[in-house]
Amino acid sequence: MLDLNPRDWSSQPAYIDSGYRSTALRGPTRPLIPLKPALAALDGPVFGHEMIGALDGDLTRNGQRNGAPLGERIIVTGRLLDEDKRPVPGALIEIWQANAAGRYIHKVDQHPAPLDPNFFGGGRCLTDSEGRYRFLTIKPGAYPWGNHPNAWRPNHIHFSVFGRQFATRLVTQMYFPGDPLLTFDPIYNSSPENVRTRMVSSFSLDVTEEGFALGFVFDIVLRGTHSSVWEKA
Amino acid sequence: MSTRGKLGQTPSQTVGPYFAYGLTPQQYGYDFASIVTPCMAGPEVEGTHIHIAGCVFDGAAKPVNDAMIELWQADATGRYPGTDGVNNRFTGFGRCGTNADGGFFFDTIKPGIARPDDAPFINVTVMMRGLLLHAFTRIYFSDEVKANAHDPVLALVPAGRRSTLIADHHAAGKYRFDIHMQGPQETVFFDL
Ligand SMILES: [Fe+3]
Repeated sequence: MLDLNPRDWSSQPAYIDSGYRSTALRGPTRPLIPLKPALAALDGPVFGHEMIGALDGDLTRNGQRNGAPLGERIIVTGRLLDEDKRPVPGALIEIWQANAAGRYIHKVDQHPAPLDPNFFGGGRCLTDSEGRYRFLTIKPGAYPWGNHPNAWRPNHIHFSVFGRQFATRLVTQMYFPGDPLLTFDPIYNSSPENVRTRMVSSFSLDVTEEGFALGFVFDIVLRGTHSSVWEKA
Repeated sequence: MSTRGKLGQTPSQTVGPYFAYGLTPQQYGYDFASIVTPCMAGPEVEGTHIHIAGCVFDGAAKPVNDAMIELWQADATGRYPGTDGVNNRFTGFGRCGTNADGGFFFDTIKPGIARPDDAPFINVTVMMRGLLLHAFTRIYFSDEVKANAHDPVLALVPAGRRSTLIADHHAAGKYRFDIHMQGPQETVFFDL
């Protein structure tokens, strides 16, 4: 019998973060109630290939109307793993992001940067038998937000991930190496200092395709499992 | 517990204000098919069909118009879809973003129970701008008083807070379930 490892709270942000203003009224204030592993371990929803459209993983093409989107083409790939380096196959990964100018297609985004008629910014795929995923997209631009004076979000791609269990659900953001805005971003910095870099992708010349697109690698690590046999000893 | 030789868990980040076109596109009228919707059970699915609606409120009791709720539940026999031998066209999984008034809804079926000691319940995941790590809660049902009384998870919750987990059966087939992130009625959230 396998139980899910606990969430590593030293790797997670606090619900209320003094730098990120919106957390003040939205983060839970009372202690979470722990559920014993036997009550908590539960397989999560299963997604099939028939749910994924042919262009869902190609954001350079899934929003095209009259041509190619503007901006730098990039390949974003990596593996979905558990803590023991075991791949998580068949998992749904959904992404959404701003266009090259830092503008989301979302109706609420009023940043006065241009929309790109040929870029939608949403995509999804399933991990393969080795836990690997791959998106072709456009490098997202930085954008301002209202958290504090002169606040800018670093370039980032939002990730939504399902592992095998209900409790391995993860929503995170992928950043880019060497981004000078990371230092000033309260959302990035809400994560403990020693673990933040886990959210920063690395540039890879191996993934880069000659004459076509730069490659970035972002591995995602979910909680692992352990044997619960000791409980009977 | 030793973490030597292990990879570090990826930190969580907020879903932010702009998830709608990526995660719930059809609901908000974007030209991209939704992989999951609030309509979890068509007429072909066996069970008691129910409608659950509610609102998400912040610590100032203001509705949250950019939250996303996910449900994951057993079928009418108490088994989770994907389990061996379970195939009744019910996916058990639903997702809904909140509207301008903080409202969400799901059309689903009342879950069954797998173990006689459990009360029927639905697993809930809550995400929103300003929430750095999603929060897990559960929906129980107000018309299951006897079953709720011996449910092992409800028993872990201080008696005074249990009502935050119980959807109000206010009309035939209709339940109301509000989520309060903070305040005197702060919803009980679990560490799974
Ligand atoms: Fe963003």
